[in-house]
Amino acid sequence: MAYSDKIVDHYQNPRNVGALDKNLPNVGTGIVGAPECGDVMKLQIMVDDDDRVVDAKFKTFGCGSAIASSSLATEWLKGKTLDEALQIRNTDIVKELSLPPVKIHCSVLAEDAIRAAIADVQRKKAGGADAVPEPTPQPQKV
Amino acid sequence: MSRFVYLDNNATTPLDPRVLEAMLPYLQDKFGNAASRSHRFGWEAEEAVEKGRAQVATAIHADPKEIIWTSGATESDNLAILGAARMYADRGKHVVTSLIEHKAVIDPCHYLAQNGYEVTFLTPDRTGRVSVEQVRQVLRDDTILVSLMVANNEIGTLNPLGEIGAACKERGVLFHTDATQAFGKVPIDVEVMGIDLLSLSGHKIYGPKGIGALYVRRRNPRVRLQPLQYGGGHERGMRSGTLNVPGIVGLGAAAEIALGEMPAESARLAGLRDRLWAGLSERLTGIVLNGNVEHRLPNTLNVSFLYVEGESLMMGFNDIAVSSGSACTSASLEPSYVLKGIGVGDDLAHSSIRFSLGRFNTTEDIDYTAERVVAAVNHLRSMSPLQEMAEAGIDLSTVQWAGH
Repeated sequence: MAYSDKIVDHYQNPRNVGALDKNLPNVGTGIVGAPECGDVMKLQIMVDDDDRVVDAKFKTFGCGSAIASSSLATEWLKGKTLDEALQIRNTDIVKELSLPPVKIHCSVLAEDAIRAAIADVQRKKAGGADAVPEPTPQPQKV
Repeated sequence: MSRFVYLDNNATTPLDPRVLEAMLPYLQDKFGNAASRSHRFGWEAEEAVEKGRAQVATAIHADPKEIIWTSGATESDNLAILGAARMYADRGKHVVTSLIEHKAVIDPCHYLAQNGYEVTFLTPDRTGRVSVEQVRQVLRDDTILVSLMVANNEIGTLNPLGEIGAACKERGVLFHTDATQAFGKVPIDVEVMGIDLLSLSGHKIYGPKGIGALYVRRRNPRVRLQPLQYGGGHERGMRSGTLNVPGIVGLGAAAEIALGEMPAESARLAGLRDRLWAGLSERLTGIVLNGNVEHRLPNTLNVSFLYVEGESLMMGFNDIAVSSGSACTSASLEPSYVLKGIGVGDDLAHSSIRFSLGRFNTTEDIDYTAERVVAAVNHLRSMSPLQEMAEAGIDLSTVQWAGH
């Protein structure tokens, strides 16, 4: 199976690899997947006071399509409000990267990771600015 | 430096130019049907077929009359297992094999299990070996066949063939072995090892695809098989169908070359394999050798790279051909059943790469591969959440993952 040029590009030059401080009240972390399944995605977003994503980082264990899906997700998240971010669909990722049918689950995982990260930051914000930082985030149910 | 390195020789091998040269006349002027008894076209084809039979027989210390031509090892495995099970059904309906045999053995065994036979699937040890004690323990009065491979295709682990063959002999049970990966790489002697049926293939030993053979013992005991296909009664009635003369010539020539070069070539390949392991293990932490260090094919190296997924790793060195136990490389989305069968966790199976070396690999190929693999592993670990968690001291086995 040949990879699309976009997948190869994201694989070779992944955007926004790294980590944000998960203890910050304006950082949301989503970890989805499992090593036994061959994919684990960690996606983090930092939002400003207007709930706009000012930074996004990822780390992914998985195939090239999984890496590209999460890399693309971080690119798309930056600058969006949380409401806009929730509009990102796995099918958009499939289209952008030309993922073949056997790799659609990679895009599903990326959408799950986006939603998990958003849910995490919204939960923190709902707890108020003085809320105690969350402990190590646990993988979200998908 | 731009090159392409082929390290997937357990999948298939390129045709050796010497083999091609031997085959060419039989693809051109010498086109006769080996079953034509009335003219020289048939005679020269038959002569070539018998030469090939002798070459293959010599390579496993058999009599040429004991070699049956097939289309490949999958057919040989099917013919041996189904043919023997059907022929000897009145003696018993119990068959023994293992969890990590090739699918060409496992699937016919599943078929038998669904059709009135009982099949015992032995679990090999953590290195992929089945012990003679395990075999002895499951042999019964109604056991008719034991099928265990010489060497595993994914990890290269060698079974104690001679001991297992002797245990089968003691109980009067037929012993079939799938020698596809071992044939031409390690010495095989059907007499010393007590083998009654043996499958082999042309394209794993620098011969052509579409040709294989089944060794069927003719004395002590005389093994009979019910054929899978009926027709002109070729190959002692066990495998009807016009013979693939160029393929047979190619397999014969390939077998002769492999046998002649085996002592020097196995030592060379083992040296390259160990050089590759050294090149990886000296520069990377968190890598695990899958298989048996001592009892292993000289050309096979199966390694798991912790915290890195196999398919993405292969993307990192796309000028090197290898294969992975990762699910992402198969249509089934399940990781390697062989690694699972020897107790390697799914996480490590997803991280595994099989390097299978061959006749045309050089020291430069190996050094280049080690360099490229190390770079790709480091690239992927820099973006691996598992690597990050492990570095933070989190025991990954205690994390509650949510599968998907």
